[in-house]
Amino acid sequence: MIRFEQVYKRYESQQEALSGLSFELLSGEMAFLTGHSGAGKSTLLKLIALIERSSHGQVIVNNQNLNRLPKWKIPYYRRKIGLVFQEHNLLHDRTVFDNVALPLIIAGENHREIGRRVRAALDKVGLLGKERSLPIALSGGEQQRVGIARAVVNRPPVLLADEPTGNLDPELSREIMHLFEQFNQVGVTVFIASHDQDLINQLPYRHITLQQGRLAENHS
Amino acid sequence: MKLLNIHNYLLRHVQVMLSSLGELWRQPVATSMTLLVIGIALLLPAGLFVILKNVEQVSGEWQHANRISLFLQNEISDKRGEQLAEQLRTWPDIVEVSFQSAQQSLNEFREISGLESLLDTLPSNPLPAVIVIEPAEDQQQEAIEALLARLAALPEVDLAQLDMQWLQRLRSINETAQRGITILAFLLSLSVLLVIGNTIRLAILNRQTEIRVIKLVGGTNTFVRRPFLYTGMWYGLLGGVLAWITLLISLIIISGPIDELATLYDSQFQLKWFAGQMLFALPICGLLLGILGAWLAVSRHLNAIEPS
Repeated sequence: MIRFEQVYKRYESQQEALSGLSFELLSGEMAFLTGHSGAGKSTLLKLIALIERSSHGQVIVNNQNLNRLPKWKIPYYRRKIGLVFQEHNLLHDRTVFDNVALPLIIAGENHREIGRRVRAALDKVGLLGKERSLPIALSGGEQQRVGIARAVVNRPPVLLADEPTGNLDPELSREIMHLFEQFNQVGVTVFIASHDQDLINQLPYRHITLQQGRLAENHS
Repeated sequence: MKLLNIHNYLLRHVQVMLSSLGELWRQPVATSMTLLVIGIALLLPAGLFVILKNVEQVSGEWQHANRISLFLQNEISDKRGEQLAEQLRTWPDIVEVSFQSAQQSLNEFREISGLESLLDTLPSNPLPAVIVIEPAEDQQQEAIEALLARLAALPEVDLAQLDMQWLQRLRSINETAQRGITILAFLLSLSVLLVIGNTIRLAILNRQTEIRVIKLVGGTNTFVRRPFLYTGMWYGLLGGVLAWITLLISLIIISGPIDELATLYDSQFQLKWFAGQMLFALPICGLLLGILGAWLAVSRHLNAIEPS
């Protein structure tokens, strides 16, 4: 589902964020991306989400070579990737419902379908009662769930998360991870960047570890 | 399915259109200030246009009075004068000829001036006989000038005078004013464009976070651009309507004195409002300028805002 072939990423500052990275994530797999801060985890996820492009080497997602994807097609590509961020990236002047509905509105879904799918996604993350609330009225854990609901609402085959439990206490973090597992069980490829070793060591998934932009470990 | 998509698409447009109007409504002070600037900028050329068209109407009314007076030599007899008038009547570029003897001229002057006693003391009639000629209508200015020259060359004629030379001057002033207004309209349109562009630029900067998020979840540039274009459209449209209302109020204010003035000059002149045309033209111009201004601002700034 996600394949890196000898990928290099060099920023304009000449700093090399990724060098010679190769790995493959199978369809329906769940894996963790680990490493110290600055090891290149965020850069790697940005390459998959096409927020950045590789300087060298191929990134292939869902049989699509991202190097060959023209700029105007990026929005349509991103609709097939669910993104979850540490800072949630919610719109604070809109209700929970409107935040989650955003990807569907963008995709031009009809009104009734939007209502149905937003409620299903909120139900999935346990926030069905909060659809009229503003994000600011929610706790950190709840805000992260809204972010997850938004990421999955248009049923993407791939879900990427960058430090989704970074600001949460251990118990909430476990709940969030459990949510990701549930999406994985219905066939979504899940790739989570996290430096929370205690938490991810408890879970039976592959670790892809980066060290200074190189692949240090790749094991289950 | 296709029909449903079109339906969704249109529905989405209507939603964005209304929500961008709601956005303006929620910031009444900032919005009304921007609208006022746009309204005034649109009002000025429109108002000047109305004034100019009315001045043209005035000069048009007097066009038929484009008369030539031939003052005859003193020694020409009334009989000879009448013969000349008959002769002139056959010229193809002349429609109306009237002869007024020296005595008639004196009588007329006596009536108008009220200087009877003074005139009675004069030893002889100082006034000449006059032939008044109305040239055929729709003649070019040059043709009338040529006619004037031919008439002046007649041996019986002492002086041939085109009464309405000032009309010609008024026309050229009018033409100058028209060019001036065109330039002014262009410059003010440009300023509307810049005002709207700048307002939209600020709106874009205010919503950077939102734009980034929308792009992250797969929003196209078209999608991001849409609300800003509608905002620009509203600014232009409402500014145009405001300009129209202001124009109407201004015309109401000046129409009273103008009617009075027209009565004093015994003129058929009536102030033309162009209210219908302006109701159409001002909002449309505003709308187009608004969309264009927003488009320029959006295309300049949108690409710079990318998720990072």
